Amino acid sequence: MKYVDEFRDPELTAHLLRELTAATTRPFRVMEVCGTHTMAIFRSGLRGLLPPEIELISGPGCPVCVTSASHIDAFLQMAELPGTHLAVFGDLFRVPGSNGTTLAHARAQGAKIDVVYSAMNGLELARKNPAEQVIFPGIGFETTTPGIAATILAARQQNIDNFMVFSTHKTMLPPLMALLGDPALRLDGLICPGHVSSIIGAAAYQPLAEQNHLACVVAGFEPTDILQALILMARQISEDRAEVENAYTRAVTWEGNARARAMVATIFEPVDMEWRGLGTIGGSGLAIRKEFTGFDAHSRLSITVPESKEPPGCLCGQILKGITTPPSCPLFGRRCTPSSPIGPCMVSSEGTCSAWFNYGNDSH
Amino acid sequence: MSPKIPETILLDHGSGGLASQELISTLFLKHLGNKVLSALEDSAVMDNQPGRLAFTTDSYVVDPIFFPGGDIGTLAVHGTINDLAMRGARPLCLSLGLILEEGLPLADLERIIISIRDASLAGGVPIVTGDTKVVPRGKADKIFINTSGIGLVADGVEISATRAQAGDKIILSGSMGDHGITIMTRRAGIALAGDLRSDSMALHAMVQKLLAGLPPGSIHTLRDPTRGGVTTSLCEIAGSCGHMIEIEESRIPVRPEVRAACEILGLDPLYLANEGKCLALVAPDIADQALALMRACPEGAEAAIIGTVTSGNTGRVVLKTTIGGTRVITPLHGAPLPRIC
Repeated sequence: MKYVDEFRDPELTAHLLRELTAATTRPFRVMEVCGTHTMAIFRSGLRGLLPPEIELISGPGCPVCVTSASHIDAFLQMAELPGTHLAVFGDLFRVPGSNGTTLAHARAQGAKIDVVYSAMNGLELARKNPAEQVIFPGIGFETTTPGIAATILAARQQNIDNFMVFSTHKTMLPPLMALLGDPALRLDGLICPGHVSSIIGAAAYQPLAEQNHLACVVAGFEPTDILQALILMARQISEDRAEVENAYTRAVTWEGNARARAMVATIFEPVDMEWRGLGTIGGSGLAIRKEFTGFDAHSRLSITVPESKEPPGCLCGQILKGITTPPSCPLFGRRCTPSSPIGPCMVSSEGTCSAWFNYGNDSH
Repeated sequence: MSPKIPETILLDHGSGGLASQELISTLFLKHLGNKVLSALEDSAVMDNQPGRLAFTTDSYVVDPIFFPGGDIGTLAVHGTINDLAMRGARPLCLSLGLILEEGLPLADLERIIISIRDASLAGGVPIVTGDTKVVPRGKADKIFINTSGIGLVADGVEISATRAQAGDKIILSGSMGDHGITIMTRRAGIALAGDLRSDSMALHAMVQKLLAGLPPGSIHTLRDPTRGGVTTSLCEIAGSCGHMIEIEESRIPVRPEVRAACEILGLDPLYLANEGKCLALVAPDIADQALALMRACPEGAEAAIIGTVTSGNTGRVVLKTTIGGTRVITPLHGAPLPRIC
C-alpha cells in the first residue's frame, strides 16, 4: 500500500537501526507523548529492536485515558436523561466511570448510545431524529478539536438545534509543562505527537525545549518515522543540544495549521480542565464560548460533575506521568485486563497498559 | 384463489394458522422445497449412512442484513457448512430456524430465502427442516436466523485443534478481514473507495479435495477464523494443543483496500471476522502439496503458508512483524472499536 509500505520496509528499518546505534553514545530516556506512538512502537515490534541504551516512557497523549472518571460520570448522566441520544467515539464506550459503570452498561440498560466515527455522524443523527437531543461527548486534543468546531459551525449553519457537544477537550502543552516540572521524570527527550503537531506546529515546542533542556523531535507514526526521530534525538543528546526538530515534514510544518486553530478559537476558549491521573491543570481545557451556548451541553443540561475518585490500587496516574510502567501496577494483567479494565490506560487500544498487555513480550 | 400476500411480515405469519401455511407454501417451499422438507413432517428422517456424525449449530444476527458479497442468508448457510467442514465432515443437511420481526418487508425475506436457496444448491447441502416465529416489532432486529447442520466424518479423518503438532505448517486459505471491514464500514455508513466485499463462502468442497488428495491423517487442524479473526483462532489452537505458534506478518494476505480501511479506522485486519477462509495446520512434509491443492480451488486461490507450530513456550502465539520485530499476540477483547485519532 502506497505511503505505508515504504515506511515499514524491513531493509530501511535495519539501515536506520544501525544508524541509531551509531548515533547513541550514552543511555537516554525519551517520552513518546502520543498514544498512537506507543501503539505503533509495540505493534511493529520496534521496542525489542532498539539499542538497549534507549528507554521509552509513554506519555499522557491518549485522549481516552486522560478523560476523568467524573467526565465519564457526566456522559452517563446525560445518557440517562429522557429524550437524549449519545453519539460517542468507539473507544469511549468501555471506559469505566467512578463506580465502574461504562456507556456499554448504560446502553444495555436502555440508554440510546451510538458509536460514531466523527462528530459529523452525530450531527447527521440529530438531523434524522429531530425529536431527540443528540449529545456528542467531545474528547481529544488539538487533532480532534478542529473537527468538532467544524461540526458546531455546520450545525449552526444548518439550523440544527438538537445537537450539542459536552466539551472535555484538552490541549497538549499545559500538561507537558506540568509534567516536565516533576524531577522524578528525568527525561532527556520528547517524541512530539505527529497529529497534534500538524495543528499546533513544531514551533510550539520551542519553550519546552529551552526551559527544560530537552531534545524535542516531531515524529510520524510508521516504524521508520519513529526511528528517524530517534536518530535525530540521539544526535542531539550526544552533542548536548536541546532543540526542536521535525522528522515528520510530510504532515507537519513549523507554523502548523493556522486555519484550523482559528476555527477552534472561534468556538472554544481556554478553561481549567481535570485530567485522569493528573488532576486539574490550569488552562489545559477548552469550553464552548457563550456565542455558541446553544450547542453546549454543559450550559443546556443540568449536569453536576462531582470530583473524580481514582479506582483504588490503580496506578494509571503514575503511568500517565511516565513515572512508572504498567507491570509495576498490582492490578495489571490480574484484575485489570482489556476485557475488564479498571484504569483508563487499559481501556483504550492506545492506552499504555493496553499496549503492554496486548503487545508486551514478557509482561504477563 | 389464494389470498394476496401482504407486503410485510405480520404477527399472524407466526401463528401456525393459515397465514403461516401461506408463507410456507408461497415462499419457503417455493424456493427451498425438496423431498424431505416438502413433506412438512415434524422432523426430517434421513437415510443411515456410514461414518461418524458431526453436528453443529450457529445463529446469525448480522446488521445490516444485506451487504456487498452476501447477506444474512448466505452467512447462515456458509457459516454452518464451514463449521462442519472444519472437522473434516461432509455436510449432509441443514435446519433453518427464522425469527422474524413484525413489519419485515416480504420482499426482503424473499431475497434472503433466495440467497439461502442459492447457497444451499451451490453447496449441495439441502435444508431439510425448518421453523418460523414472528415477534412484535422492536423485539428483534428484522430477522435472526439459526441453522444447524449434520455432516459425516469418514473413517480415519481426525481433525481437531488438539492434534496440532510441533513442526506443523500453518496455511491460510486467503485474505484476512474482508467480511469484518465490510460490515463495520456499512454499519457506520462510511463510504470508502475500493471494492470492500464480504468473503462469505462455503469451504467444504475445498476441504474434501484436501482430504482426498493428502495422505490420511496429515491434516491436523482446520479452523475458520470468524469473529475475533485469525489471531483469536490461532490463540485458541495454541491453547488447545499446548504448543507455540509463530506467524509472519508479511506472509498474511490482506487486500490493499482492506488494509487501507483498517489504517483509516485504526483496526487490525488480523482481528476482523472472515466468513470464507480457513486455517489448516498440516504435517510439514505435505505442506507444499496441501498449499498447491488449496490454490487449485477458487476458495483457496490466494492461500499462503503463514507460519509454523513450534515446541516450547506453551500456548503462545508470536508474530514476526514486517520490520523484523516480534510481539506476542492475544485474543480479541470485546468488539473491535475504531479509535478516535
